[in-house]
Amino acid sequence: MTEPHKTGTATAVESEPEAPHRPAGLGLIGWLRWGWRVLTSMRTALILLFLLALAAVPGSIYPQRGIDPDQVAQYFSSRPQEAEWLDRLWLFDVYSSPWFAAIYLLLFISLLGCIVPRLARHAGELRRRPPAAPRNLLRLPYGEEFEGDLTVAEAAALLRKRRFRVTTGPDWVAAEKGYLRETGNILFHFSLVVLLFAFAGGALYGYRGNVVVVEGESFANTVAAYDRFMPGSRVTAESLHPFSFTLKDFQVTFIAAGERTGQALDYQAALTVRDAPDAPAREAVLKVNQPLEVGGTQTYLISHGYAPTFKVTDGKGQVAWEGPVPCLISDRATYASECVIKVPDARPEQLGFLIRFLPTGVQAGDAWVSAFPGTVNPVAQVFPFAGDLGLDSGVPQSVFQLDTTKMRPLGKMTAQPKPLSVGETLELADGAGTIQFTGVKEWISLQVSRDPGRLPALLAATAAVLGLVLSLTVRRRRIWVRVNDRRITVGGLERTDGGAAAFAKEFTEIVTALRADRVGPTPPPPTAPPSAEHEEER
Amino acid sequence: MTPLVNEELATLSDQLTLVAVLLYLVAMICFALDLAFGRIHPASAVKAREPVAVGAGGGGPSSGEPGEAAAAGGAATAEGAPWAAKAGLAGIALTWIGWAAHLAAIVTRGLAVDRWPWGNMYEFVVGLCLAAVTAFLVLLFRHRIRFLGAFVTLAAALGLGFAVLFLHVQAGPLMPALQSYWLAIHVSAAIVASGLFTVAGVSAILYLVRKDRPSVLPTREALDTVVHRAIVIGFPIWTFAVIAGALWADRAWGRYWGWDPKEVWSFITWVVYAAYLHARATAGWKGKAAIIISLVAFACLLFNLIGVNIFFPGLHSYSDIPR
Repeated sequence: MTEPHKTGTATAVESEPEAPHRPAGLGLIGWLRWGWRVLTSMRTALILLFLLALAAVPGSIYPQRGIDPDQVAQYFSSRPQEAEWLDRLWLFDVYSSPWFAAIYLLLFISLLGCIVPRLARHAGELRRRPPAAPRNLLRLPYGEEFEGDLTVAEAAALLRKRRFRVTTGPDWVAAEKGYLRETGNILFHFSLVVLLFAFAGGALYGYRGNVVVVEGESFANTVAAYDRFMPGSRVTAESLHPFSFTLKDFQVTFIAAGERTGQALDYQAALTVRDAPDAPAREAVLKVNQPLEVGGTQTYLISHGYAPTFKVTDGKGQVAWEGPVPCLISDRATYASECVIKVPDARPEQLGFLIRFLPTGVQAGDAWVSAFPGTVNPVAQVFPFAGDLGLDSGVPQSVFQLDTTKMRPLGKMTAQPKPLSVGETLELADGAGTIQFTGVKEWISLQVSRDPGRLPALLAATAAVLGLVLSLTVRRRRIWVRVNDRRITVGGLERTDGGAAAFAKEFTEIVTALRADRVGPTPPPPTAPPSAEHEEER
Repeated sequence: MTPLVNEELATLSDQLTLVAVLLYLVAMICFALDLAFGRIHPASAVKAREPVAVGAGGGGPSSGEPGEAAAAGGAATAEGAPWAAKAGLAGIALTWIGWAAHLAAIVTRGLAVDRWPWGNMYEFVVGLCLAAVTAFLVLLFRHRIRFLGAFVTLAAALGLGFAVLFLHVQAGPLMPALQSYWLAIHVSAAIVASGLFTVAGVSAILYLVRKDRPSVLPTREALDTVVHRAIVIGFPIWTFAVIAGALWADRAWGRYWGWDPKEVWSFITWVVYAAYLHARATAGWKGKAAIIISLVAFACLLFNLIGVNIFFPGLHSYSDIPR
């Protein structure tokens, strides 16, 4: 490496002083001032950065309520005591916890405390002219001397052409370049503050909701229509844009052969959308990576599954239940799924069914399994129960669970009953009625979200990258030229750590240009080679 | 149905990857010979050097004069064996050929499946190794970092070997979640940044391995500069990769930032690299402390690239790792 190890003023530009010592007996104001200086020191900022990184870790280890509340509930049921303690420490809500907020708020205050004075200083520097030339330019880290009849105006013109900011005195030129470095630096840090506000604004004024829609069903954007609705604290019912849609059809394409059999190639949902209750219907296609946008509200396709349709006739011959039942996927590779039908209106007794749905049912020994996620041979294994569903107790129940404590299995219960194909009917034991497997539909789960902070966040992030690139690539440097009769001295100061190699090259170029411009063929060559001058200097 | 994968091209890609591994290993041996028998570097940069641009202020590290080098060098002269430099040049040539084979392996993989070849963990690691070698070769134009060759080619050969042995999956089409032009933008940026961070990481390890005494490795100041340059270039690219990821997440999942494990760890990596950049500009943290921070950041990066996909369930868990 040709880079010299530099010390002294040149590298101190970006350095921060160490945290000041504790004041002795300065009173309240003194203590406050000391506290502020400690908070805004670079060392504190560094420690806060580490704390922020460290504090973010548990959020990737423990399930988070804001992301996957079901997993949190599962944690509570499997390890209740541990979960309670974790919850007390906000470990299921790390990113909205007071201690996480404390760290990033302190960090941002520290950042502002550091960057606002820098902004003021930089604004001053932008208006000020470059400082006058020091007395002995050869004492600078970069110095050259030669003879020629260069004038102050000519040197200034040459440096201006190289996009330096130039000021001149009677026998000197001062030039500075690279102000964009500090501009970029300040822009970057301010953009981070804007980004934080955009994020917070989106959380306050935006909402997210999840809903499952079966083929043929409709959805209207109201709070009641959601299976799960997560509003920001400033969201009201009027904030929801009143659009609606019907899921006409859902198509999945799977790979049918080879090592990747069963991998999905494409999902596609065909919707009929109304942008407002009185608006005309329009057709739309919803895909992964291709959301539906209506009035600033996005609807995303998140996942899909099967909803086999059944018809339950009770012991009295009445049709007590009919329709599709969305199933939870128990095996992602084959889409073997499970679901529950509850028939509270069945007489003489309430009926409940556990269903195992296999999109491509094949027999493997005694067991039935699904061999492929597509519906090649859809079959359903039915486990019927009769008795009290327990719906009147007032305790909320999951639609995916059957409480069989007050129910008895109908007939001889086996682990692998003979499955029904589409159209087939199972005769229930004890004359309890029949259940018919009538067909297969598909469900999709959607996320509907509105985030007014999206665009500000994007603008802030773009500005941050721009500022970052400027602050890391632009180098701040100064050049002085002193003209003393025919003796020209040039001095250079690199004000950016790590830019020495590039500056050495640039400095040589400038000196060569100054020389070539004005030395001409007649004057004698410089008396001393530059290396010798440097030896003297040392 | 038209075939989804061109099997011949996919096989060619696998063979080219093996060729690249072999070439990198031979290059590594050449670089190692250059290192072992080449020039001995003094303990510190302050030494008899080119007369250009010598610091004005006094002070600075004062140890590490050439005499010390001679005293510690023993049999080896400070200039090293004359053939050693030739071995180093051969190493560079072999690395370029290996790089070409490596690039061809990626291109044929992409052509075989008619998409960007960043669709799973195997393809990502192969791309990452190419980025690291590319970063080394490009930085070689501007900086004297031939000493890094042995370590970068070794890391690339090990990374490729790991990918071939443990991560390899047959070339195939993408799952729907990955079918977006953001795949090209987001993953390419992540790969390039990771390649640069790898060069920085290797240099940082060498910095710590190299004590303050004469060594075949370059001076600590030189290593520190390489770490800093690579991170200064890599950090904005990493920032861009994270933002591109957020834009893609906004398109695919309905939120631009949701604290998914992958997002958490790329955020952590970003914060620690930011801490490195601040530390290097802070009195009392320059040098060893900053280098250690850069290594912590590199560890976070590696954990994010590989660990998160294996240990945490999350939205990025489509890495397609064979089980």
